[in-house]
Amino acid sequence: MFEVILFASIKVLVVVAAVLTGCAYSTLLERRVVGRMQHRIGPNTAGPFGLLTPLADGLKLIFKEEIKPANIEPITYMLAPMISFVPAILTFAVIPFGKDNTFFGQDFTLVLSDLNIGVLFVFAVTSLGIYGIVLAGWSSGSKYSMMGAVRSAAQMISYEVGYGLSIVGVIIIANTLSLRELVEAQMGPLWGTITFLPNWFVFSQPLGFILFLTCAIAETNRAPFDMAEAESELVAGYHTEYSSMKFSMFFIAEYANMIAVSAVGATLFFGGWHGPFLDSMPMLSVVYFVLKVFMFMFFYIWLRATFPRFRYDQLMAFGWKVLLPVALLNTLITAFFVIL
Amino acid sequence: MNLDVIIFIVSALLAVSGAALMITLKNPVLAVMSMIVSLVAQAVLYIQLGALFVGAVLIIVYSGAIMVLFLFVIMLLNLRGNEDLGEQSSPIKLSIKFLFGLVLFVETIFIIRTGFLAGNVEVGVMTQSLNGFGSVEEVAKLLFTKYLYPFELTSILLLAAIVGAVVMTKRDSDIEPEISNETKEEQS
Repeated sequence: MFEVILFASIKVLVVVAAVLTGCAYSTLLERRVVGRMQHRIGPNTAGPFGLLTPLADGLKLIFKEEIKPANIEPITYMLAPMISFVPAILTFAVIPFGKDNTFFGQDFTLVLSDLNIGVLFVFAVTSLGIYGIVLAGWSSGSKYSMMGAVRSAAQMISYEVGYGLSIVGVIIIANTLSLRELVEAQMGPLWGTITFLPNWFVFSQPLGFILFLTCAIAETNRAPFDMAEAESELVAGYHTEYSSMKFSMFFIAEYANMIAVSAVGATLFFGGWHGPFLDSMPMLSVVYFVLKVFMFMFFYIWLRATFPRFRYDQLMAFGWKVLLPVALLNTLITAFFVIL
Repeated sequence: MNLDVIIFIVSALLAVSGAALMITLKNPVLAVMSMIVSLVAQAVLYIQLGALFVGAVLIIVYSGAIMVLFLFVIMLLNLRGNEDLGEQSSPIKLSIKFLFGLVLFVETIFIIRTGFLAGNVEVGVMTQSLNGFGSVEEVAKLLFTKYLYPFELTSILLLAAIVGAVVMTKRDSDIEPEISNETKEEQS
């Protein structure tokens, strides 16, 4: 049993370290890409191409003085950054990173835990992510934080409905809730006939994918749905009163959430680790997976540089009056075709 | 000691202490948080029984949606735990409450000891659930065959509640769009 625990712990450590590194370098990617898109250069002085910038940022944030406002609620104020951070990391427990293979003569599955309700686990964990933001806003004792928290609570509940419904189509087609089996269901040519395209669910569920993407961006509070922060109205929203490492915890959580949602999107709609030449080189599957996640992250950043922020009432109306009916319609159409 | 037993003891303790904290804490937000801890621990217990679906749905629906609405309302009313909650109950009322609580407690112990609800239930941690109990397939089968009519009736009840909420907010014609949106969220 000791060996099992040791082996599992090593896998968990590797995944967490990879995700945290991904978070750090996503900040750099975002600053560089947005910089280019706005005809600036972006941070390029620390290290070659600015590659040491995340390290410098991290050091700076750790050594900054921590300022606590007088009228905070101490317990929840301290807990909020941690609560927002943990669910973001937990998602990676069920995501398959690559094809199973043998490694040092041992069977090696590139997924931490293959639950047969993997998709539900992802949604359960995502739905818990909101508490960090809500508690941060509430315990800061500041109007801006409070506004940010109330907004994001309403927004995340509304978009969670659409988020859940958008992937029902995929589940109906694949007839499973396990993420590993969902990846396997996307192997082979499209619909078994079109040979030049893979059988990814993005082709059979285009509407579902667009809904998923929209709701995912709203769920992670990213532009153009970043009502919880909205710096032009709310200073910085829920984390206005946070400083030093607690502030950066929120940032890491935001990026970890983005990566998690990207990984879920890649798994559900883009065939996960699936790609060519996997029979000869199984480790290539990890590369494919990371590339697909990277594609999603780039899209996130691209959107941020492109679209202005929604107005709050527009956001709510869009979620309930457009996304929800369309998601229901998509479910209906998919179910109809599957029964046929 | 078995790993399953350790997980069971930890989550059982968390579930009970979370529930106890929920009714004793003055601060409403902390009370909600302890209820969430209790619910998540209960979900772990369900999962240990093999009822993965029930456990996941408990987290998604209760901790993920309903408790957020609790927090939402608490924050909108800005309750901080120092509000006057009215006068204390009289000793007679308190003793009656205590009596009923005691009866319920004894009853619960009786039910657990005799196991007359579900026959002789095997006590302990199960890695494989009984006949797929609590799995997605089994829940779906029951919902769409045996309990189809109650299930459909529940949806009518929910629809009535939604319509009621919409009617209540549409009393005046000059309502801002935000208000009607918020009531919709409370219905989801």
